[in-house]
Amino acid sequence: MAVEKILLHNVDKPNSHKLDTYLAGGGYEDLRKALAMGRDDLVQLVKDSGLRGRGGAGFPAGLKWSFIPKDPSLQKYLCCNADEGEPGTFKDRIIIEKDPHLLIEGMAITCHAINSDKSYIYIRGEFEYGAQILEQAIEEAYEKGYLGKNIMGTDFSLDMYVHRGYGAYICGEETALLESIEGYRGQPRKKPPFPALAGLNGKPTVINNVESLACIPGIIRKGSKWFANMGPEKSPGPKLFCVSGHIEKPGVYELPMGTTGREIIYEVCGGIKAGRKFKAVIPGGVTAPMLVEKDLDLSMDFDTMAQAGSMLGSGAVIVMDDTTCMVRTSYIINRFFSHESCGKCTPCREGTIWMTQILERMENGEGRPGDVEELERLCDNIFGRTFCPLGDGAVMALRGCLKHFREEFVYHVENGRCMVKGGF
Amino acid sequence: MLSDCAKEKIKKIYGNYSDLHSVSMTAMQIVQREIGHLTKEDLIEIAEMLDMKPIELDEIGGFYTMYNVERPVGKYHVQVCENLPCALVGAEHIITVIERHLKIKVGETTADKRYTLSRVQCLGSCGTAPMMQVNEEFYEDLTERNVIEILDGFE
Ligand SMILES: Cc1cc2nc3c(=O)[nH]c(=O)nc-3n(C[C@H](O)[C@H](O)[C@H](O)COP(=O)(O)O)c2cc1C
Ligand code: FES
Repeated sequence: MAVEKILLHNVDKPNSHKLDTYLAGGGYEDLRKALAMGRDDLVQLVKDSGLRGRGGAGFPAGLKWSFIPKDPSLQKYLCCNADEGEPGTFKDRIIIEKDPHLLIEGMAITCHAINSDKSYIYIRGEFEYGAQILEQAIEEAYEKGYLGKNIMGTDFSLDMYVHRGYGAYICGEETALLESIEGYRGQPRKKPPFPALAGLNGKPTVINNVESLACIPGIIRKGSKWFANMGPEKSPGPKLFCVSGHIEKPGVYELPMGTTGREIIYEVCGGIKAGRKFKAVIPGGVTAPMLVEKDLDLSMDFDTMAQAGSMLGSGAVIVMDDTTCMVRTSYIINRFFSHESCGKCTPCREGTIWMTQILERMENGEGRPGDVEELERLCDNIFGRTFCPLGDGAVMALRGCLKHFREEFVYHVENGRCMVKGGF
Repeated sequence: MLSDCAKEKIKKIYGNYSDLHSVSMTAMQIVQREIGHLTKEDLIEIAEMLDMKPIELDEIGGFYTMYNVERPVGKYHVQVCENLPCALVGAEHIITVIERHLKIKVGETTADKRYTLSRVQCLGSCGTAPMMQVNEEFYEDLTERNVIEILDGFE
């Protein structure tokens, strides 16, 4: 499946992270074009493109920008979400490490659109290499006048800083991210007020994912129609899919939104590892409920995945073959959520620990009669009652697994071992 | 005692933020980078610089898992990802191999203080799994053989 690469256009070039390489490919020309445009026109262009946030929720980017108050006397911020914490996701990292100027240009255009002169890139602390690449790229951009005062001779000025997280999945949630930049524990804030009105330091703030921002220069260059015409009408554009697990050719692939799971697994990624049989796939990071064989021909886009009871999330496709034990899989996923629960609200803090304890004893062959029902009760008691979507995510993942593979859980309890031969 | 160099680095980023409170996370990272962990005394000194209470820094240190407050780690902090994509392709086996090779369990430090072994969550390298992070470097596509070579290769 050959498609023109927009997001990964530069990544294979030697020294792709350097400004000279970026400029040789026409870099920062889209910023020049955008600076000549009116702010409202720019926001409208992105609205018309149909770009929906690539961080997981799929919120329309142009609409989010349009919520920012126009009052020029107000300080406004852009925060780029480079926390990349959803297990299975490794797409933002490739842009950060291999094409940082694409991100910086996308951020500069976005800042112009919302009239902001201060922006932060919130990057997870584990990406120390990426953070250093970004800092070097920002420095280069300042030197050549693509950041700083009066960019390209206009009255637009922009400062950009890198802020490192230090090990907390929850800081990918946008309001926890803001708490973290302000120097607090990363616990989510109550919404409303939404960040567009009261975000960083209480000021209007846009938070966008790395990939969302990296789409912006392409939209300027090729127009909103080009973007809107790629893939499904309500969920268009190029998308980075991160494919991992039991797959022949894992990696990050740029494909049109709406490519099917079957195309991704069998045509793009060479099929299931070692020619084994497909069992299930998680389409959008471990939070997204898993799908099975019959779902493989569905279009991978925000709406279709939601209709199928799952979500596109971050586009992290985790493939599992027929040696995969679903009790073990659920235990690993839940262990993650209980580890990452921020502790702010009780249903999530306590509930995810209980779920993990039950799954752990099941996995160890010490499951008790009634454990499966207890898990289901816990799911009902957590879902919809947590402060932020993390607890719901834990429930969604487990429910998705129980929906398709409940008999494996029952078997584990009754027989003290796995139904599946080979187990990973 | 904070080194002069650390203090300089911290002061250099004051201008990045609208207030000193926001400097705290980065300040703690700068200090931790010097010896791999933070002491209560470090927190008191940083708090003084930033006009904060030491308890506020302690809160940050307890919340974010990469801070090692009063928790010295070995010269090489070996952190193996245990999340699903890595687990599907053998992360548990890699952990067992490392435990046997270093003769420690997860959470422990070798007697010579060279290695500490930890389990961590997804590090965004699932396409090159299994993987581990040692101090600030990533090591990907681990196998039973290369993981031992990597560990033995450190000076
Ligand atoms: C628990 C949790 C974790 C999240 N982690 C991330 C993340 O690592 N990266 C990201 O871009 N968005 C993450 N999000 C989504 C953000 O809250 C937010 O919707 C997103 O950054 C907005 O950018 P976008 O509109 O460009 O997608 C997370 C949300 C939740 C609830
Ligand atoms: S699951 Fe191990 S790096 Fe993502």
